[in-house]
Amino acid sequence: MRRLAYLLEKEFKHIFRDKFMPKLIIMVPIIQLLILPFAADFEMKNINLGVIDRDGSALSKRLAEKSGASKYFNAEMLGPDYGAAMGLIEQNLADIVMEIPQDFEKDITNEGAANVLLSVNAINGMKGGLGAAYLNSIISDFSREITETSEPYMPPSRLQTLTEDRYNPHLSTKAFIVPGVMVFLLSLIGGILSSLNIVSEKEAGTMEQMNMAPISKITFIASKIIPVWIIGMALLTIAILIAYFVYGLFPEGSFAIIYGFAAIYLTAFTAFGLILSNYSSTAQQAMLSFIFFVMLFLLLGGIFTPISSMPVWAQNLTLLNPVRYFVETMRGVYLRGCGFADLLPQFYTICAFAIALNIYAVSSFRRNTD
Amino acid sequence: MYAIEVDRLTKRFGDFTAVDGISFYVAKGEIFGFLGANGAGKSTAMRMLCGLLTPTSGDAKVAGFDVYDNPEMIKKNIGYMSQKFSLYNDLTVVENIKFWGGLYGLDGKTIRRKTDQILGELDMRDWKDSFVETLPLGWKQKLSFSISTIHEPQIVFLDEPTGGVDPAVRRKFWEMIYAASERGITAFVTTHYMDEAEYCSRVSIMVDGRIRALGSPNELKRELGRNSMDGVFKELARHAKRNSD
Repeated sequence: MRRLAYLLEKEFKHIFRDKFMPKLIIMVPIIQLLILPFAADFEMKNINLGVIDRDGSALSKRLAEKSGASKYFNAEMLGPDYGAAMGLIEQNLADIVMEIPQDFEKDITNEGAANVLLSVNAINGMKGGLGAAYLNSIISDFSREITETSEPYMPPSRLQTLTEDRYNPHLSTKAFIVPGVMVFLLSLIGGILSSLNIVSEKEAGTMEQMNMAPISKITFIASKIIPVWIIGMALLTIAILIAYFVYGLFPEGSFAIIYGFAAIYLTAFTAFGLILSNYSSTAQQAMLSFIFFVMLFLLLGGIFTPISSMPVWAQNLTLLNPVRYFVETMRGVYLRGCGFADLLPQFYTICAFAIALNIYAVSSFRRNTD
Repeated sequence: MYAIEVDRLTKRFGDFTAVDGISFYVAKGEIFGFLGANGAGKSTAMRMLCGLLTPTSGDAKVAGFDVYDNPEMIKKNIGYMSQKFSLYNDLTVVENIKFWGGLYGLDGKTIRRKTDQILGELDMRDWKDSFVETLPLGWKQKLSFSISTIHEPQIVFLDEPTGGVDPAVRRKFWEMIYAASERGITAFVTTHYMDEAEYCSRVSIMVDGRIRALGSPNELKRELGRNSMDGVFKELARHAKRNSD
């Protein structure tokens, strides 16, 4: 144990005496947490809506006004020329054109139903799809309103779908992204620090001396994992503070679960970095292989894109990805207030990854380099 | 009892026999020169003796411990220094001494005493808080050597310790080896410099995985009728079949 204390003291000196490392450790989480949630925002605002009102009736005006009043749309009244409206779409000046046909009011009063044509610019699929969905809900809202205000004998014009957005009632993507970015930065810092660690001793030539010293493999690997672990936990704390003060996010569940899972997850990811370091002979090799794996891990981890919308084969791949389980945990605790019992599958999986990767890290660490 | 006893020690990597049944002993306090061209099998043999590599066959005892059964005990009882840096550039002189002392299990009091002693011997008191990075190469090598014997090992293995160092520093370095030998520390040295081989009490010369000559420098020169160790080495090494690593 005393030997481990000497090793740890040395490791911390290496990290904090490096010209670059301390800055990286502090700046990366702050920048990531301040920028990524905005950049990866799926909420659509400022959708340009062109309205062609061929009816010019009280009802059609009400619909146009209601659409324009929504915070999602910048509505603009267009002339009756449909071709000109399509031109606007082609020039990317309009995202959606809503055409209210002639006799709109008359059809509603006489037949209880009317059609509205939506033409959506689907080049930006996300914007088009979400915009159409928002507009649909406005229209159905509108049709409910006019049914309720008309004569009592009129049957409801159609079935209503009522959506209740649970856990994230304002459908804020930030609430979805921020816990994911926390996982992202723990993985990044844990992996980078550890993957550069052993290889930098190899490059400096001190590895050989270390191999000759009377210390066990496990002590040596522990001296590499523990500092990264401590730094990771400090970063997590910074991230939680930023989430609260910048985004107003406070976990619904307990901090104990967040820290407990993060502690286990970090040992797993640090061990992964050490494995790469064990197999690399230069820092470049270690870094490139880390980037390769971390891209796969993060993109297949459900941080930015929901796993449920991936093709089945990709969904199956994510089962092998430790990032996925930690993302589920963080979102579960932050948004749904999951307790430990709810997260047992994630707990067992993360533990299994941590144990397997650590065993691999210790056993792949070869003292005999030739 | 000898410091090192080696009996028909062999290491094979697949079809390749790197070390082919070598046998020798090293007496306590001796300065033993372990010579051989590149690829002769020197470093493989040395790694087996340091407990880093398990032999294929044969026996060896280092500091009284068997290389098969007790490699960890061997590590505790030997010191090691190579041409590669064993010091951390971003730690100061004193921090390096403290770190390696601690790693070899010395207690705080012993470390402080040793630190003071080393700084005095090397005349480095003014440099004690300098980062090792800033020291001249010769100083680093001397500091490495002092640190490799900080735990008063029975044997110190020196793998080309003077590589790239100027002659004046090399002479100083050898004085340190002699001083350690007088304290009873056995030195096991590999070197490329044949003038250094003359400083050893006994020398072995490896060619193609086997020991071709073994004896004091004077004995070897007489046997082969040469007037320098350089001549002895060239005479033996020119029959080598392996040329490099």
